[in-house]
Amino acid sequence: MADISLSASRRWKKPPLIKSRQLRWGLGLGFAIYLTLAFGTTEIDWGRVAEGVPRGARFLAGFFPPDFVSRWDAIVDGIAESLWMTVISTVVGIALSIPVGLGAARNLAPKPVYYFCRAILAVSRSFQEIIIAIFCVKLFGFGPFAGFVTLSFATIGFYGKLLAEDIEDMDPVQAEAVRATGAGWFQWLNYAVQPQVLPRMIGLGLYRLDINFRESAVVGIVGAGGIGATLTTAFDRYEFDSAAAILLVIIAIVMAVEYTSGYVRKWVQ
Amino acid sequence: MLRLQNLEKRYRTGDLALKGVDLEVPDGQIMALIGPSGAGKSTLIRCTNRLVEPTGGKVWLNDMELTGLGAGALRRARRSMGMIFQEYALVERLSVMENVLSGRLGYVGFWRSYFRRFPQSDIDEAFRLLGRVGLDHMVDKRADELSGGQRQRVGICRALAQNPELLLVDEPTASLDPKTSRQIMRLICELCKERKLSAIVNIHDVMLAQMFAERIVGLKLGEIVYDGPPDGLTAEVLTEIYGEEDWEATIRKVDDEDGEAEESLAESLHDDHRAVVLDRNLIIGN
Repeated sequence: MADISLSASRRWKKPPLIKSRQLRWGLGLGFAIYLTLAFGTTEIDWGRVAEGVPRGARFLAGFFPPDFVSRWDAIVDGIAESLWMTVISTVVGIALSIPVGLGAARNLAPKPVYYFCRAILAVSRSFQEIIIAIFCVKLFGFGPFAGFVTLSFATIGFYGKLLAEDIEDMDPVQAEAVRATGAGWFQWLNYAVQPQVLPRMIGLGLYRLDINFRESAVVGIVGAGGIGATLTTAFDRYEFDSAAAILLVIIAIVMAVEYTSGYVRKWVQ
Repeated sequence: MLRLQNLEKRYRTGDLALKGVDLEVPDGQIMALIGPSGAGKSTLIRCTNRLVEPTGGKVWLNDMELTGLGAGALRRARRSMGMIFQEYALVERLSVMENVLSGRLGYVGFWRSYFRRFPQSDIDEAFRLLGRVGLDHMVDKRADELSGGQRQRVGICRALAQNPELLLVDEPTASLDPKTSRQIMRLICELCKERKLSAIVNIHDVMLAQMFAERIVGLKLGEIVYDGPPDGLTAEVLTEIYGEEDWEATIRKVDDEDGEAEESLAESLHDDHRAVVLDRNLIIGN
């Protein structure tokens, strides 16, 4: 009995994340000092902000009412070009990312292939679309082809990485069971790997379609065609009402894609 | 006949899971492999069909040395070794039929399997197997919609669809309730008898092993410490395999079990699959 009452009074505290007390306090203090200095040296010119507010308000007011009519043909052309760019770059990008993704899965590929494919993914992911687009415009000239190449390249990095990670997370026992039947490698991919990753990959494919459409508007600004080109032209001509119309069309399409992809994802699960 | 000769497996971590195991399983024999966790039971089964690559020794299936085969020949050899898994290991998003037909993958080409255009004889056999285990009304259900016992029966059909000579069975009852466990073990034994298959059954449950197997092999730390008939498992032998413990209860239960086993057999014949009645003594294992 004495033992029990003794052990009941033993104290317990949750062990801290960082064991060393010095390191713990040191890190906290260092971060606090940096934050103080960072805020202290931020220069905000409130006078200029005050001047800027009415200018910004005038700019926004220029958007209203949106003018769909006067540049309607240009908008339709731009959207059609953007959609073309989006769809084929998503399809081509995903098609190319499948072999890369398979090679970049640690549990599938031998070491040299794994490192090679991971390198492709790293290169593709380390550059922002805009930077690749600028390069592609220099390489292929102005127009939607540069945009198509840009978006395909960016899709490889995105989709390949997620595919590789999904394959690495699959249930190894299911894969082992199919291998034990004497299946060939491609049969094994088709029967053991594909069913496990497909629903998520369909969802991610639609998500990428959505991203590519938005990016197609952005890469157009640096000359890679699509609705982005129409949008910059509108801004350059100070036709803010037409620009507003273009933005509204972009928002509407993004929302439509968003809802459809949400619905399809639920359906494939 | 399966023959393991001085089979050794050292994992990359340095653990020696199998220390030169010699074992022969004659045709048609159902052998239970018992032993504590980490004794190397799973490793032994997986080294047999080389899902785990052995680091030493040889494996012979009839006249074929499995350990010397190249990738293509190994795939062909795996067709004759059906495997049944602990957590069923069905591909969950495939249908029951696709799971069973995946047992035929070693026999059909890629495009046929890709378009699910299996030869009619394979499909007939799949229906026959599913009918045999009482699941022919569920062919198009997805595997993850089934209960544990049903999943394991699909797993058994997949293994048998390979038309194997040998079954490698890894803890078939570990995730099942006691009654389903017995039904599954009984089904495996019946099917082995019908098709004259030999089987290695890894099993934790000593009582079940004694009930269903003709021969028991005890593995401890990668070495065989017992090889004999089920009734040779005395308290001393179990202590040798598992370590010191009061084994009287386990052993005595086996005797008590007979009446109940008979009863549950009758019950399973009544409400379960269309089982073929075999020699009762054979099924119960004494």
